[in-house]
Amino acid sequence: MNNNHLLSLIIFVPLAGAVINWFVGRRLRNEQFIGLIACASVGISTILSFYFAFKSDGALRSTQPIMDHLWTWIQVGSFRADFGLAMDRLSGIYALFITFVGLLIHIFATGYMRGDSGYYRFFAYLNLFMFAMLTLILADNFLLMFVGWEGVGLCSYLLIGYYLDKEEAAPAAKKAFIANRVGDWGFVLGIMLVFFLTSAKGHASISFFDKPAQGVISALQTIGLMNPDSFALSTLWAGGITSVAVLLFIGATGKSAQIPLFVWLPDAMAGPTPVSALIHAATMVTAGVYMVVRCSAIFTHAPTAMFIVAVIGAATALFAATIGLAQNDIKKVLAYSTISQLGYMFMACGVGAFVAAIFHVMTHAFFKAQLFLGSGSVIHGMHHEQDMRRMGGLRKYMPITWLTMCAGWLAICGVPIWAGFFSKDEILWKVWSAGSFNMPGGAAKALWFVGAVTALLTAVYMTRLMVMTFWGTERFDVTQTVSLHDAEHDTHESQTNSLHNSHTPHESPLSMTIPLIVLAILSTIGGLVGVPYAISSLVGGHPENYFEQVLAPVINPVPSTAAGGENGAQPLHWLSPAPQPTDGKPAVAPVGEAPGAASSEEIPNPQEINEERLLALVSVMIALTGIGIGWFMFQRKPLLAMPRLLENKYYVDEIYDATIIQPIKVGAREGLWKLFDIGVIDGTIHTIGGAVVRFGQTIRYMQFGYVRAYAAIILAGAVIIIGYFAYSGAHVLRFLVR
Amino acid sequence: MQNHLLTILILLPVIGAATTVVYSLTPGSRESHYRWIALGFTTLAFLLSLLLIKGGGAFSTFVLEENYSWIGAVGARYHVGVDGISLWLVLLTTLLMPIAVLSSWTAITKRQLTYYALMLLLQSAMIGVFVSLDLLLFYLFFEASLVPMFFLIGIWGGERRIYAAVKFFIYTAVGSLLMLVGIIALYLIHQKATGIGTFDYTVLIETLKTNAGVISPRAEFWLFLAFAFAFCIKVPLWPFHTWLPDAHTEAPTAGSVILAGVLLKMGTYGLLRFNFGLFPNASRQFAPIMITLAVIGIIYGALVAMVQPDVKRLVAYSSVSHMGFVVLGLFSFTEQGMQGALYQMLNHGVSTGALFLFVGMIYERRHTRMISEFGGLARPMPWFSALFVIASLSSIGLPFLNGFVGEFLIMLGSWTSAAVNHTWIVTMLAGTGVIWAAVYMLWMLQRVVFGVKTSEANAKLLDLNAREVALVLPLLALMLFMGVYPAPFLNRSRASVVATQQLLNPNATRTPAVAAVPKPEKAQ
Repeated sequence: MNNNHLLSLIIFVPLAGAVINWFVGRRLRNEQFIGLIACASVGISTILSFYFAFKSDGALRSTQPIMDHLWTWIQVGSFRADFGLAMDRLSGIYALFITFVGLLIHIFATGYMRGDSGYYRFFAYLNLFMFAMLTLILADNFLLMFVGWEGVGLCSYLLIGYYLDKEEAAPAAKKAFIANRVGDWGFVLGIMLVFFLTSAKGHASISFFDKPAQGVISALQTIGLMNPDSFALSTLWAGGITSVAVLLFIGATGKSAQIPLFVWLPDAMAGPTPVSALIHAATMVTAGVYMVVRCSAIFTHAPTAMFIVAVIGAATALFAATIGLAQNDIKKVLAYSTISQLGYMFMACGVGAFVAAIFHVMTHAFFKAQLFLGSGSVIHGMHHEQDMRRMGGLRKYMPITWLTMCAGWLAICGVPIWAGFFSKDEILWKVWSAGSFNMPGGAAKALWFVGAVTALLTAVYMTRLMVMTFWGTERFDVTQTVSLHDAEHDTHESQTNSLHNSHTPHESPLSMTIPLIVLAILSTIGGLVGVPYAISSLVGGHPENYFEQVLAPVINPVPSTAAGGENGAQPLHWLSPAPQPTDGKPAVAPVGEAPGAASSEEIPNPQEINEERLLALVSVMIALTGIGIGWFMFQRKPLLAMPRLLENKYYVDEIYDATIIQPIKVGAREGLWKLFDIGVIDGTIHTIGGAVVRFGQTIRYMQFGYVRAYAAIILAGAVIIIGYFAYSGAHVLRFLVR
Repeated sequence: MQNHLLTILILLPVIGAATTVVYSLTPGSRESHYRWIALGFTTLAFLLSLLLIKGGGAFSTFVLEENYSWIGAVGARYHVGVDGISLWLVLLTTLLMPIAVLSSWTAITKRQLTYYALMLLLQSAMIGVFVSLDLLLFYLFFEASLVPMFFLIGIWGGERRIYAAVKFFIYTAVGSLLMLVGIIALYLIHQKATGIGTFDYTVLIETLKTNAGVISPRAEFWLFLAFAFAFCIKVPLWPFHTWLPDAHTEAPTAGSVILAGVLLKMGTYGLLRFNFGLFPNASRQFAPIMITLAVIGIIYGALVAMVQPDVKRLVAYSSVSHMGFVVLGLFSFTEQGMQGALYQMLNHGVSTGALFLFVGMIYERRHTRMISEFGGLARPMPWFSALFVIASLSSIGLPFLNGFVGEFLIMLGSWTSAAVNHTWIVTMLAGTGVIWAAVYMLWMLQRVVFGVKTSEANAKLLDLNAREVALVLPLLALMLFMGVYPAPFLNRSRASVVATQQLLNPNATRTPAVAAVPKPEKAQ
């Protein structure tokens, strides 16, 4: 274990930035100063992250995590939660892309937010978010992770509600926080159950890592050594590992906007666009995936929970993609697309393809941040117009935005070479080839089919977005006719009317286009770090899947059926020292690791390779078909009416309101408060104490001097009560003393 | 001085009250000076109380004890002392008092002499409650705290102050009179068994611990009820809570702060100290009922808080919910739960105290507390809004603010508790209270602080002045500190809490039924 106290700087420098901007930036009101502080603090974090990840014994090059124990936060009895940080391979990868993408978005925001009266406030919140997010990622135990988890939720709340004058902002912020709270309920209970289970094994702990200096034993390891649950419905409420996994996953559905708690994310688009890019696309919403992968030791012991994760993920992916087809607000399309892609990641987790999930998280961070910032650039250039029905033909006016967004578009559609292709293809392949460990027969193929349909829909709606925005006729002068078409979604009408007509769209300043270009490059080549063997072997070159090799040691693999037959479901000591991946090949057989398990992943058999190649071809066909459909449907008719049901998001908000929110509200007001509290309880009290109260009121009307009146009331009350108790209490006393 | 610190702390406010009265009699006295005297004495008391932390050591037993004969004829003694439990409640009291005085600075304009004198007397009574180790002395202070509060509500309160004051008084007096019956019964029981008549808590507890037969199970059952009834009304535990919204809402700001911050804790403190200490068997017996009521209170209080149209009433109902957590933690009989409960008492005092202060500030400006009258305060009052949001977040249990530590420990304790069956159901239900807290607080914030301004009067409101910032800043700093670094608090209360816990159940926590989890089938 490496200890390094500089690690905590990664989280504390953005915190310092937030504090400085809140107190000093507020006074100075100097945009250069505020922007510099904000970007510099994240920049330092970025540099530190890269340093800790890639230095000679860095997190990505060694199997030992870099630890930094700061103080013991809560210690009561055998329960202990530290403020301690750790960077291992998983959190290292996360820290890298969070700080880097975060930095780009900070730079973008300095241009995007120019002239806003709350400039200092915006960057203080944004830096605070970086602090919370990095705390979440680098936490060495569940409870500190939860601190970051709620912290990012808070920043999300503050930033969604950032525009004080926007009427829908405050309700959207509240909705986001509450939906997250529902999920957090599950997360907290999951943490408690982890503590409960590990206590029973004698190693009470909620830590992710062994900390010998503090006498802490990893909870994940303790659970990893327990017997896996069986694949049965009853395990859900048995209070074992499956229950833990399900509770934790409830937390993930809140943070990562999965069914049934996804409703907050589309509304969250009320926040500024850089916020949507950073928090609601690239980083925070993928925290749920991070948590599930971090707890792979728990999930791989809970096949039932994994099946649920896969099904929820697939269902969300498809559901959100269909809604995305019919949205007209450019940010709403991207929001539903994010939900859909997150569903993909959970589907991968559910079949045990944790590495593929993280890979997709990373590529998604690139291309979705790119797309969101691109849309921000469009909105900026269009003077705060978000409705795609009033765009069109913008590629003339905003060539850089257009070109860079094309990279994001091709990446999310899954066109080969671009980043999304490799990650999405890997997920689909892993789903297709999922073992029978946690799947009823045929389920894997059904999930694959859902994933494939989603991929098709994704390509269609993203093409629609691009076509409506950048191609076709210029529609930004015809506000009136569009409004007649559909007056429903025009919440921004008041803003746009004042800004319209006098301006033409323009390209954004350099501070905005440079991040777009960098992200476009990453969206294009970022997938090359995880090229699967089946594809890289086609072109010769390097046959190693670097991404998978880095992550493999920190992931608890799904027990394969074959291994289960040989030596039971013997868990792997994934925290034990593994080989240095100097040239990609393990130097020595890892200690304590089943020899077969490690190698089987690296050298797939030829039949599998062919199957994988075939599926990759299918994926490409799907992507191209989707783009083709989108192009030909919307190129000529960009305003093609979409089904009402989809446009109204299946009326999910309305259904929640009618079946959950209103009944609770009315029940609480009329039933609990007015009927029970005031009617029943107070009614009883009034009957009993009626005489005294009436006496008091009489005295009030008589307008005595105050003090005497109260003295009289007290006396009267006391006499009555003491008299009563003296009478009845005498019996009690006699009985007690007997 | 160190040896008489507790007596000094009790007497100092009385001297302060006397000074105020004497000053009023001197020629040339000015009404605006009373508040300065009150502030001086409460601040001095706070500074002196800080010596408790230093003087106490590990607090494994009662320290700074003073023990004199008081009413020799019945064996009542003046016996005071602090341990790790009462220490923090005394400090909470002495901390909140100067803040309460300062919050009345401009709000109280009539009868200032009486007001500040009553405040000081109230402080004396409250400290007395937490340090008394003689049941009769405890009872005296417990009742004595009622009277000043009754007047504070009844004279300086809102529109329905008479109704609220009388309701408050009747409710709590009924409860405490039952306790008096219990105290006398206990005295007689002890006298019958040992020949010594005493109200001394330490003597009683020793007798009860060593001779199991002194008190029959049936007597213990009824005595527990007599004490618990008094304390549950004070807490207030559902369904004895309806005095609280009225009293809190009608009381002046300082009264609400003290009521929520300190007076409610007398109930939970009493349960922890006297019910657990004197009647451990009955406590175990009653745990399922108490936990059920606590969980109902958590959810019920939150749901009713959600639909309140009045900000102050909303905060008042949230107290029902938060105090439900405290009772849940206490009756889990686990170290985590009880430590969490004690911590939550402090948290609630700090957070809810701050919330009442904020409500008082906007009430002073607008003379209304209706949520519908506000909206969009973030623009004219940025500092108020920022600090109010932080206090609200503390109340809903955001990690790294104080509320989270307490609530988490309570839930952890209730899950691992052996006091009731199906602890996971209890914990899951209690856990929803945290969701509801977010619902009612954030909804309120949305309508008061954020959103679009509803009335022109709001646009011109002045932001906080220096006095108001000084009021809430210590509390906000404490919220952050208690959330990030709870060790100084938890360490000092550990020994006392564990000692109480051991009285209750010598062999502690339940082990999970891992055997119930189906074993995986071997692959063929």
